[in-house]
Amino acid sequence: MAASTLSPALRPGSSAPAHSTRIIAGAVALAFGLCLFLATGFAAPSLIHNATHDTRHAFGLPCH
Amino acid sequence: MLKSIILSAFGAGLLVGVVLTAVQFFTTEPLILQGEVYERAGEAAAMPADSLPHDHAAGTAEHHHEEDAWEPADGFERSAYTLVANLLMGVAVSAMILGVMAAKGGPITAGRGLAFGVAGFFAAGLLPSLGLSPELPGTAAAEITSRQVWWLGTALASAIGLGLVLLSPAWWSKLAGVLLAVLPHVIGAPEPPTLEAAYPAALGAEFVAASLVASALLWSLAGAASGWLYGRLADRRS
Repeated sequence: MAASTLSPALRPGSSAPAHSTRIIAGAVALAFGLCLFLATGFAAPSLIHNATHDTRHAFGLPCH
Repeated sequence: MLKSIILSAFGAGLLVGVVLTAVQFFTTEPLILQGEVYERAGEAAAMPADSLPHDHAAGTAEHHHEEDAWEPADGFERSAYTLVANLLMGVAVSAMILGVMAAKGGPITAGRGLAFGVAGFFAAGLLPSLGLSPELPGTAAAEITSRQVWWLGTALASAIGLGLVLLSPAWWSKLAGVLLAVLPHVIGAPEPPTLEAAYPAALGAEFVAASLVASALLWSLAGAASGWLYGRLADRRS
C-alpha cells in the first residue's frame, strides 16, 4: 500500500540527489532528531524533567 | 536536501505536537493527574511517623517536593510546557524518520512516511513497553538510569532488528534481525522493587493503553505528515 503511488518528488534526472548527499543528509537529520529526542525525553536535570514530565509519561518513556 | 528535511521535520513536528497535546488532554493527562493524587496520598500516609507532633502546624510541612526544583504550576503553565515538549518530540521523531528514509533511498512520500512511522512505533513504543510498560506517576520502579539505558538499548536493537527483517532479502539477516529484537527481552528489563502501586490497577491498565495509542499516533502521524511535506518542498525546489 505504501509504495503504490510513484512519487512526483523523485523525477528522473532533475533533483534526484546523489548517493553521498542522501546518506550525509539522512545521517545529519537522524543525529539531529536523536539529540532532540534525548534532550526532551531523557535529559536528567530536574528542570528539564519537570517541564517535560507529562510528555515523558504519556509516551511511555522511563521517568522519575 | 538537508534543508528540505529539516523544514519538513519542523512543519510536521508543529502539527504532530498540537494534535498529540489535544489527544493527551483527553486521554493520558487526566490519568496522570489522578495517579498523582494517589501518589501524594501514598506519600502522606508514609510520612506521619517522622512528623507526629504539632497538630496546629499541620499542613506546613505537608508539601513534599523532590529536591525543591522548579516545576510548572498545575493548570495552564503545566499544559503549556507539555505542548512545548510535545512539539519538540514531534520535530525529533519527524527528523529521525526522514533521516532514515533519506539514507535508505527511494521516494519520500506520505505513504512511505506512514510505513516508516509505524515501524518507528514498533521499535520505540511497542517493543520497549514489553519490558517497561508505560508508568503512571507513583509506580514503583528500578533506578532511573538503568531503565533509561535498557529502554534506549531496546529501541535501538528493535530498530536495527526491524530494519534487517523488513529491508534485507537474505534469510540469515532476517533471522539475525529477529534475534536482535528479542535479545533485550532475554536480558530483561530492570525489575521494580515491588509490584504494588498506590493507584487502582484498572487506572494503570487504562494508562498503558492510552499511552501506547498516543505513541502510535505520534510516530505514524509524524511519518505521514513529514513525508507529505517533504514531497511538497522537494517538488518546489528543483
